[in-house]
Amino acid sequence: MSVASANPLKPPARVKIPRQEPREASPASRARGFEEVSRGLDAQRALIEATRCLECRDPACTRGCPVGIDIRGFIQDLLVKDYPRAASRIREANALPAICGRVCPQESQCEAACTVGRRFAPIAIGLLERFVADWETETHAFRPPPRAAIRKETVAVVGSGPAGLTCAADLARLGYGVTVFEALHAAGGVLRYGIPEFRLPKGILDLELERVRAMGVEIRTNFLVGRTATLDELLGEWGFSAVFLASGAGTPTFLGIPGEGLCGVYSANEFLTRVNLMGAWSFPERDTPVKLGREVAVIGGGNTALDAVRTARRLGAERSYLVYRRSRAEMPARREEVRHAEEEGIEVLLLTNPTRILDAGGWVRGLECQRMELGEPDASGRRRPLPVAASEFVLRVQTVIEAIGQKPNPIIQSTTPGLAVGRGGVVTVDDAQRTNCAGVFAGGDLARGGATVILAMRDGRRAAAAIHEYLAASRDGASAGAEEAS
Amino acid sequence: MFRILEVTSLGPTIRRYVVEAPLVARKRQAGHFVIVRVAENGERIPLTIVEGDPDRGTITLVVQAVGKTTRQMATLRAGDALPDLLGPLGNSTPIARHGAVACVGGGVGTAELLPIARALRAAGNIVHSVIGARSRDLLILQREMSRCSDSLAVTTDDGSCGRMGLVTGPLQELIDGGRVDAVYAIGPLPMMRAVADLTRGPRIRTWASLNALMVDGTGMCGGCRVTVGGEMKFACVDGPEFDAHEVDFDELIRRSRMYSDLEGVADERFRKACASGRVA
Repeated sequence: MSVASANPLKPPARVKIPRQEPREASPASRARGFEEVSRGLDAQRALIEATRCLECRDPACTRGCPVGIDIRGFIQDLLVKDYPRAASRIREANALPAICGRVCPQESQCEAACTVGRRFAPIAIGLLERFVADWETETHAFRPPPRAAIRKETVAVVGSGPAGLTCAADLARLGYGVTVFEALHAAGGVLRYGIPEFRLPKGILDLELERVRAMGVEIRTNFLVGRTATLDELLGEWGFSAVFLASGAGTPTFLGIPGEGLCGVYSANEFLTRVNLMGAWSFPERDTPVKLGREVAVIGGGNTALDAVRTARRLGAERSYLVYRRSRAEMPARREEVRHAEEEGIEVLLLTNPTRILDAGGWVRGLECQRMELGEPDASGRRRPLPVAASEFVLRVQTVIEAIGQKPNPIIQSTTPGLAVGRGGVVTVDDAQRTNCAGVFAGGDLARGGATVILAMRDGRRAAAAIHEYLAASRDGASAGAEEAS
Repeated sequence: MFRILEVTSLGPTIRRYVVEAPLVARKRQAGHFVIVRVAENGERIPLTIVEGDPDRGTITLVVQAVGKTTRQMATLRAGDALPDLLGPLGNSTPIARHGAVACVGGGVGTAELLPIARALRAAGNIVHSVIGARSRDLLILQREMSRCSDSLAVTTDDGSCGRMGLVTGPLQELIDGGRVDAVYAIGPLPMMRAVADLTRGPRIRTWASLNALMVDGTGMCGGCRVTVGGEMKFACVDGPEFDAHEVDFDELIRRSRMYSDLEGVADERFRKACASGRVA
């Protein structure tokens, strides 16, 4: 049954409206501050943007969303200013809307599928999601969704990042007792230690964590599964009926070039953890320091590299370089963040490959690089970079940050005999996030290698559904056995 | 929160803490460490677990006050709590029967050496211990080490107790006497480097427990990376003990000094805060 549209404009008029732009902090103010860069849409612009939507009969946008948000539905709610309904509709599919609205690469997901986007600028779905989520926060409108009757089974979730939190929230709604185990002293995983304040304010993360707790989820920090207790112990003496492994891909990859042991060389993980998790930007008010030279080079082209170089800039680096061995088209980072970075004065050196880190008394004094040119595509489908002969040059820097990728931490794999693990330490799962061990599920970067927040959340949702099915089958099996026995 | 049950002084700047951490106590073996934070806004630091009592649910830490965090920890009393504590971390010490083992401890490293010496003794080794410190104030656990060793040599740099000189003196004598099949060394990095240099020629297997700077302690940042046998290893997950002859101590010592200027700033600030009464 189709609902009469509340949109006052006919489709041809709608697409004539230009895509609304968010307010952004000026590059000058961003240069030294950690406040959020994008301020989102205000209510007026959100309404105008919602009016651009064609309300397709068969919305491609929802299919493009990894968690299947009813996008058309919440936009229609916006048209009639029913913000509470928009919020609850989004939350049916997405437990962390304020976060996703900010960090999702919508340009390659929902917005890439948008029908309007075929000929005009796509609907700014991410900004609209963010608008609803922020409204909910500002007006304290959040209400925990209704919980099913409490069940007797408990589930352990390992890791308090996006995959773990999403899975925990879904299971809690289904009535299960859930405990999330987190190794660090503050929850959030990569949302806490990886993504900087200017892209994802920690206040928002803290709020989302409170909401997850309000649903009855227990988050236990200072607990390293694999050491404080093993996976087998969680399923055994700890009495959990199932486990979702979501410990991420937190082990840094180093290039293996000479000079990586010099003072002034960081993995992006260490650099970002010091700044984001430990608050090194406010040393000595907070105790953890970070060492940054006047000139900094960050190696890599993904979101982590962008986060690292923009953080270095804000911490006072006079010159910040992003060194990437392929071309702009191959950079995995969000276009928007590359634009933000260049506005902030970061110098992007493309087709540039680091070969050696140079030493002065045990400290970095420079990064030797060579120029590259693009050849035939490699296994990833991207054109392979090839060195240009005799093109070496030295970039004078005192700090080198490597952001070339991450692998899963091997602690769980190495302490769980029999758990199937693939290349690079990635845990093997099927479409329902099941591992080869009964009752053990996995998702997020642990099962994918470094990927996105939203894909981690999708894995979390799938795992929750699969765990629910698994536990129901166990219950039925147990009661069938009891019937046979009696 | 992890409650401190007991605090005792082993010297003017060295404290022994018994901390309630039942899960860690259950799993703890010699060689394991924990990462703790002493206060909100505090940094994460690694501390070796000296002892664990699974029945009581406690672990023992021995800490020398050398910088802001450890000085702040020295102000804590029984009844106070550590906001964060994670463990057990690292690989446990490989204990085997070698024959005669020289256990060499420097400064507060002796506290970490004690459980290893005991374990080696229990495994049927003859244990010759050498412990040293800069001065008598920093010498700890002599009686305890004496009880679990077949011989004990004590040195101080300034001669204020035992023999004047470095631990390498008595160790050299043990080696010359042909009485050493393996060596365990725990102490300041330059000490362990010197021990490794001594035992390299005679090809005596030597383990060193590396104290690298750490942040998370779980293998996610690479801050504790050390070159061992030409390969990059993380002290927190591949160590903390390594074959001392393979460790690039020079690089590790340089890296351990990376923040010394900032550490000085933090330390100075804390001292001033204490002096003005702003720290409880």
